[in-house]
Amino acid sequence: MARVLDTGNHFAGDVLALAGEANRGARGAICGAYPITPQTEIVEILRDFQFTKGRVVPVESEHSAMAVCIGGSLAGARSFTASSSNGLAYMVENIFAAAYYRLPIVLIGVNRTLGPPWNIWTDQGDTLMLRDAAWLQFYTESHQELVDTILVAFRVAEDRRVLLPALVAEDGFVVSHTQMVVDLPEQEQVDRYLPPCNVPHRLRGKGVTVGGMTFPHETEKHRWEIQQAMERVPEVLAEALDEFEKVFGRRPHGALSAEHTEDAEVILVACNTMARTLRRAVQRRRAEGQKVGMIKAKLFRPFPRKEFLRAIGPAKRVGVLDRNHSPGSGGIFWNEIAATLQGRSDVLLQDYLVGLGGGDVTPELIDEIFDDLAARNQAADPVWKEVPA
Amino acid sequence: MTTSAYLREQRDLADGILRPGNTNCAGCGMSIGLQWLEQALENERPTLCIPACCGIVTAGSFPTSAYGVPTVATTFASSAAVATGVASVYAMNGEKDLTICWTGDGGTYDIGVATLSAAAERNEDLLYVCYDNEIYGNTGGQRSSATPRGVKTSTTPKGKAEPKKDMMAIMAAHRIPYAATLSVAHREDFLRKVRTARRTKGFRFLLMLSPCPTGWKSEPEDSVDLILTAVRCGLFPLYEVFEGRRYRINARPDGEPLESYISRQRRYRSELLDLDALRAGIEAQWAYLEAMERTFPAGEHE
Ligand SMILES: Cc1ncc(C[n+]2csc(CCOP(=O)(O)OP(=O)(O)O)c2C)c(N)n1
Ligand code: SF4
Repeated sequence: MARVLDTGNHFAGDVLALAGEANRGARGAICGAYPITPQTEIVEILRDFQFTKGRVVPVESEHSAMAVCIGGSLAGARSFTASSSNGLAYMVENIFAAAYYRLPIVLIGVNRTLGPPWNIWTDQGDTLMLRDAAWLQFYTESHQELVDTILVAFRVAEDRRVLLPALVAEDGFVVSHTQMVVDLPEQEQVDRYLPPCNVPHRLRGKGVTVGGMTFPHETEKHRWEIQQAMERVPEVLAEALDEFEKVFGRRPHGALSAEHTEDAEVILVACNTMARTLRRAVQRRRAEGQKVGMIKAKLFRPFPRKEFLRAIGPAKRVGVLDRNHSPGSGGIFWNEIAATLQGRSDVLLQDYLVGLGGGDVTPELIDEIFDDLAARNQAADPVWKEVPA
Repeated sequence: MTTSAYLREQRDLADGILRPGNTNCAGCGMSIGLQWLEQALENERPTLCIPACCGIVTAGSFPTSAYGVPTVATTFASSAAVATGVASVYAMNGEKDLTICWTGDGGTYDIGVATLSAAAERNEDLLYVCYDNEIYGNTGGQRSSATPRGVKTSTTPKGKAEPKKDMMAIMAAHRIPYAATLSVAHREDFLRKVRTARRTKGFRFLLMLSPCPTGWKSEPEDSVDLILTAVRCGLFPLYEVFEGRRYRINARPDGEPLESYISRQRRYRSELLDLDALRAGIEAQWAYLEAMERTFPAGEHE
């Protein structure tokens, strides 16, 4: 394993290439590639990579990028692509289709604000728009976590017990365009970690129609099967992490990471790089003897309800940092956590909308939120932090 | 494998493209087109990529399939891109299976035109067949950009004001290896063109005028004769374009009046029907095609 200094996007491109190449002994790799800021370097790297058995197709749109992945995956190849923001929005129809065909495609979502008005900075509204698309969703906080999670995502998605596509999110610019040192896996390790991709329902010459018409009962069954597959994710993920540790000698976070929550009175929840800023704030307050903790939310779909309920421990105040917004409601993580906490009227749950459109979520802002939450007796509507007067 | 599963698999592999018992309306051009496609390809078992259109309803509902070959129901705009993925993976695994897009005019002229154009520009190794019924049949008969001028549809209640888009010219402008029109009234010509397309590498485009009694408000038994008439009166020229530059005309108008085509389809009974304008369009099209063939003739052995 090499220690390498590079950007999040370069790492994402490198790891997708390693994963694709690892399938050279099976049916190869396929990718439909279309650029959008801040994802672009990923597809540039993929186009430049010399696959032993693989093809990266320079298509005319994100809609077709996912369509190429669908066709390639149905023909049995390991399949992946990347996009952001309006690119994901343009891709949506085929994003749903990929999951409904039960294809284990991996998609890197480099978070960027949806527009117009055009804004290229990070905001999770783009990937969370895909909440109901029957994809697994992982949110990553660092370059190393991005690298590791992409590999884990392939392993879980391609597992027979799951067979659903997986999205891995990284913050635009904060991760995609900054450099960090990571342990970059070697091809030989990825070859060992990822079994040959086997799409059991791939096209094999028989007269079947994939994705044809169904009536309500079959559709209900189909959605139920997807739900069953989602429910098997925690078990498959745990195995994938065990195996990861064996091959790479380190263990990435699982569905979530609960930190200092055993005895915490106040807990904040955050995903992506916000979680790293939050960790600093928690450590500082802990050093001062304050009983605060945090939950780094990583797996958003399936949402790890049981782990979450266990993770909050004795805390009676939980705050959520949402860098996304569902108009007319509030933060999307908050919504999910509110549903998880039903029946727990003893817990005060408060939403904070922060860093929308890519504004910095600073340590000072998090401190303010900790103070606000600690002083609250009652939850209120989602609080908009830092809206200009 | 159990004996019955084995027998089922053997039976599946023996089937042709179109199995009996599909849901096409009586007199549907697809029924002839798919059978002739199968005959031209002899024992081949192509993979079909079919977008939302009547052609995917043909398959029937899960778990049955009226298609006897592997078939993917793609999203409406995506058949050429899904087929790109399928064909690429077959090719990288050394498999010779032919990948065919079987699409309506909506998926070709309208919503899928960017996907189609991009696949043609990349010269993907695909056979793209558009069965053009000049209407959105699946959704109950709305206009498409393939609908001719003067035709009444549910979204052009007075008749369509604009002329039909010239998709063959658009595909020729992509300089793809082979483009040709297909008639379900000219069997030898149809089979020969499919075989030419099969022999050719790269992107191949076939445009079939597909009678649709339901949308055309015509009698099912007239379907084949309507297409014969369309060719004879010059409305639907049979021709081939090689590399987007060399032309060959396969049949010329023989004086059959346009009226004998129009009068048997109630879709033409509209306020905006203008026979003179239609005739002028046909003449201009023929002047263009004749000039192209004269100036840029196809080679003898093409
Ligand atoms: C994105 C999207 N928009 C609209 C539809 C609805 N739709 C299904 S088939 C169709 C028309 C198909 O027309 P055409 O391609 O001409 O084929 P035909 O039905 O005539 O065979 C439409 C509008 C759809 N399935 N997907
Ligand atoms: S509506 Fe037209 S194209 Fe569709 S099945 Fe019927 S005849 Fe064929």
